[in-house]
Amino acid sequence: MIHFVILISRQGKVRLTKWYSPYSQKERTKVIRELSGMILTRGPKLCNFVEWKGYKVVYRRYASLYFCMCIDADDNELEILEIIHHFVEILDRYFGSVCELDLIFNFHKAYYILDEILIAGELQESSKKTVARLIAAQDSLVETAKEQASSISNMIAQATK
Amino acid sequence: MDRNLDPSIVAERMQEPNIFRKDELEVVGQRTPKNKHLPDAFGLRAPPPAPRPWRGGSSSSSSTAPSLVDSLFQRSLDDLIKSLRSQPASAEPVLLSRALAEIRREIRSPDPDTKAVALQKLTYLSSIHGLDASWAAFHALELLPSPSPLHKRLAYLAASLSFHPSTTDVLPLSTHQLRKDLSPSSPPPFSSLALHLLSLSASPDLARHLASDLIPLLSPRASSTITNTKNNNNNSSPLRPKAAAAALRALSLCPDAVPLLFKPLVDCLSSPVPRIVSTAVGAFAELVSTTDPAPYLPLAPEFYRLLTDSRNNWVLIKLLKIFARLAPLEPRLAARLVDPLCDLLRRSSAQSLVFECVRTIFSGFPDHDHALRLAVDKVKEFLANDDDPNLRYLGLRALTMIGPRNSWAVEESRDSVIRSLADPDPDPNIRREALRLIMGMVFDTNVVEISVMLVNYAMKSDPVFANEILDAVLTTCGRNVYELIVDFDWYVSLLGEMVRNPHCAKGEEIERQLVDIGLRVRDARPELVRVARDLLIDPALLGNPLLCRILSAAAWVSGEYVEFSRNRLELVEALLQPRTSLLPPLVRAVYIQAVFKVLAFCFNSYIDQPEASQVSSLGNSTTGLGLTIECNAAAANCLSDDITGMESADGIASLLSSIEKKDPFFTCEYLSHILYLIETAVGPLSENADVEVQERARNVLGLIHMLKEIPVWKTEEEGFKKDKDNRIGKIMNLMRALFSEELGPVSVNAQKRVPVPEGLVLKENLADLAMILTEGDIAPSMSISFSLRSHQHMEIKDEAMPSVQSTSLLAEHRKRHGLYYLSAEKDDTESNDFPHALDPLLPGSHSDATEDLVKLTEQSLIPRKVKPTKPRPIVLKLDEGDGVSTSTSTTVKESKDDLLSGAIHDVLLGNEGKPSSSQKRSSNKSSGRRVKEVSDNSESVSQSKENLDLGDRENRSSRRSKHRSHDKERHRSSQNNEEKEEKSHRNSTRSSHHHERQKHRQRGEAPLNVVPQAPVIQDLLL
Repeated sequence: MIHFVILISRQGKVRLTKWYSPYSQKERTKVIRELSGMILTRGPKLCNFVEWKGYKVVYRRYASLYFCMCIDADDNELEILEIIHHFVEILDRYFGSVCELDLIFNFHKAYYILDEILIAGELQESSKKTVARLIAAQDSLVETAKEQASSISNMIAQATK
Repeated sequence: MDRNLDPSIVAERMQEPNIFRKDELEVVGQRTPKNKHLPDAFGLRAPPPAPRPWRGGSSSSSSTAPSLVDSLFQRSLDDLIKSLRSQPASAEPVLLSRALAEIRREIRSPDPDTKAVALQKLTYLSSIHGLDASWAAFHALELLPSPSPLHKRLAYLAASLSFHPSTTDVLPLSTHQLRKDLSPSSPPPFSSLALHLLSLSASPDLARHLASDLIPLLSPRASSTITNTKNNNNNSSPLRPKAAAAALRALSLCPDAVPLLFKPLVDCLSSPVPRIVSTAVGAFAELVSTTDPAPYLPLAPEFYRLLTDSRNNWVLIKLLKIFARLAPLEPRLAARLVDPLCDLLRRSSAQSLVFECVRTIFSGFPDHDHALRLAVDKVKEFLANDDDPNLRYLGLRALTMIGPRNSWAVEESRDSVIRSLADPDPDPNIRREALRLIMGMVFDTNVVEISVMLVNYAMKSDPVFANEILDAVLTTCGRNVYELIVDFDWYVSLLGEMVRNPHCAKGEEIERQLVDIGLRVRDARPELVRVARDLLIDPALLGNPLLCRILSAAAWVSGEYVEFSRNRLELVEALLQPRTSLLPPLVRAVYIQAVFKVLAFCFNSYIDQPEASQVSSLGNSTTGLGLTIECNAAAANCLSDDITGMESADGIASLLSSIEKKDPFFTCEYLSHILYLIETAVGPLSENADVEVQERARNVLGLIHMLKEIPVWKTEEEGFKKDKDNRIGKIMNLMRALFSEELGPVSVNAQKRVPVPEGLVLKENLADLAMILTEGDIAPSMSISFSLRSHQHMEIKDEAMPSVQSTSLLAEHRKRHGLYYLSAEKDDTESNDFPHALDPLLPGSHSDATEDLVKLTEQSLIPRKVKPTKPRPIVLKLDEGDGVSTSTSTTVKESKDDLLSGAIHDVLLGNEGKPSSSQKRSSNKSSGRRVKEVSDNSESVSQSKENLDLGDRENRSSRRSKHRSHDKERHRSSQNNEEKEEKSHRNSTRSSHHHERQKHRQRGEAPLNVVPQAPVIQDLLL
């Protein structure tokens, strides 16, 4: 299974973290520090796998962002690379040519998308279309709720002016 | 999913710049997501946003709806992010703590909007900046029931990121809300959120309570009703796969839920919807790989069907993982699987699937040559892939997997492996794998070739890897006392070459091996001395602190085996060169000691010269007669002493003649030159700050001093032996005695072989003594020693003490630890002879004392004997099923696994009328029955099947209390199972009829809970 997903920028800034195995906050910080030290220093033509504490970390760089997933030693590395790519393609489709800033300012949306792709450290949805549809459905649900709220709030806001 | 999943192809299609635009600089301040492409990744930062006292109207920002004062001045998440990004990194901690304070205030607000925004900000800070968010778990909980999907989503996100199954104490409070959201009446997005939280943060309790709520979501009927409301175009609910994943987590956390959840999960496998099958297979792959795979064997036919039907690569990979675990348990499974596997291997264009096939074949089917051949060919293709380091790495990994048993496969790809090592653009991972493989290929026939190649390669590679190579070579060659090495001369010179590596940091190991070879391998000594000389002579090596250990070994070797040295003068010069001052004191001490040995040797040789030549001629002349070495030893000649062990006189003769050729004469001048050299170089060291160096130096100087006092040898070359005093001869005899005894290797277990002297109790446990020491009252005097004398001393002191209290304390202490005190009468007598007490013990009392001591130790031995046996009964109790409460935390996981796989075993075999974990049958009765039936085991196939079932039931009834014995039992029963099936396989059709009947009976017995696939196993396997 996938134990965690981490997105790190080339400068070592964390852009997203998702933990499928229980880690305490202290452990999380430590893991991120160790892995970014290991992965960011690797050259571009090296293989995408790093052995780490009996686990394997599969990473892939897209522009300035490293997508890292930690898996068990007997998991399939190439499959994880495909999952990473799958995730990136869905992000790309959702944000329309995604960039790092999209993820920074919409970090919760990135989480919702990731939640549609992975669950409990396993791939749950291999169809990009389905993920897009599910996310869109959720968004519309939230949007309608927000509109209702904002209409009232607008009124209040104007009343308080 | 039919599409090609080859990542390399996909990667070409999706070039990176297409996905992340690098070149957009947009207007700052507009807040829709599309306009926020500030290229921070390239070092630029967004200019600080205009000061915003409150959130503006352009609201794609995450939260609107301010509730007057509270939220009027609340910063939104966007504001927070921007303020963090606009400041330099150094100001970040301040900003973070300020933001955190703000959040702490806002999160208490009764207004859900304010709370939600605060929670969102906290989630951001905790997931990106690593702040602790566990304190806000309750606030996340508060927001979970919110009817607004926005708030609910935020609350669930916060909860799933911050809840920790074991440390979040408010987790049980979420049970009710989760149940509500899981119920079929709530909208699917809500249920999906709840499922996510459940799969991430469920504790065993939570899983137990909510297991039943997962069933409706797992069953196809309920999900279709949900589908109607959602009206999806394909006829399935998005919730069922999620429910399957959540069920997996619940199962692994709480084996009690197996009877409830397992069957729906198995049903998912036969669903027509690929997505559901995919998740279910994933769940089973996880279950099989983390627990004992044996109970899942009955599902093999279902998995097999999926393997042949499915076109989805993700599913196939997971199925292969399952089979890789199942195949070793059931040999016939492998026979069935080989063909579809080879098919996949040939047909598939997806490298991930191909690799999984290869791995499955290597790990699960090592006996099927055809498949193995195919897989090895695929690996070769992987390795030949020059532009994809991933495939090469995986190819090497695969070879490592197959290595030990099928070395031919590695041998075939040897060239590509070696090429990976010498990659111009080296990847440490690939090189390490290649090195591991190469070292696996080493045999005594090729060790020379490979080691030389590697050591040469290490010269050219970077420091880290060079040392990895050296380490690998040293460990491989040194394995099992150099079992691979035939030619030690070669190996010793290889060790010398390793030292020449500028990055060599393996000093300790090389040192150890140099000395070790010297001790163990007599024939390697001349070469060893030669290598040591080369090392010692090189002044450049002295400055390298990594090598000083090796130099110390070299110095020791040349001192110890100086007789093989060709030029002692040169050796002495090397050992005393000025740069030795760079060495650490301990190594210097070794150097000086070596000088000492050389000096002694030179003088010995000088004295014995005529005899030596005599002996050599003797040896030469008597070779044919087979004269043994004893006669040489009788000649009391130093050389013969050193070479006593040599096999033949021939050896000695050639050795001596070779030495004499190189160093024919120890002349007077020669010796005085050496003496002078040593004296001048070692002299200053007698004042050295380090005691070790000082002492050795003074030893050497002392010898020189003695030698100088004797004028004879300087002048009368021939006459001094006739000198009656023969002082120099005596001195030299002494010196020879010092060094003549040969040092040998010491076994690791040598200490054990030393016989324990009679009466010495080594295993005396002083732990209870320490207990007394902690008592504190009279501890100090006890701590001095345990001998009788100190006791007396103490008694007297105590007697002298005026305080009544202390004596009463003492009395109390004596009562408690009586065995450490002498008997009362003795105390009395001793207190009477007060002055005698401090005198040495009288002979009579001495014998008494020893007697007492013996008694004392005997007494103290008794509790010691009892003590170690104390944990023992607990262990025994565990086996008998009484000691549950004492089972340690380390066994918890194991027991849980056992519980899980055991429960699954039960569900799959389906023998129970009702799937519940409680047992009606008393363990006593069933075990009695089991014993009886096991004894009938050999009678018939069908009966043994029954035995198996009963055994399992019995196991389960007592599983909680004795998982250890259970494990054993189950092992045995599964063995039984295999044996039985094999037997039936070998037998004629009659036995399979037996099986059929047996199957029907099983069904008849347990109609309620039989999983339809379970009995099919026989069909597949037979």
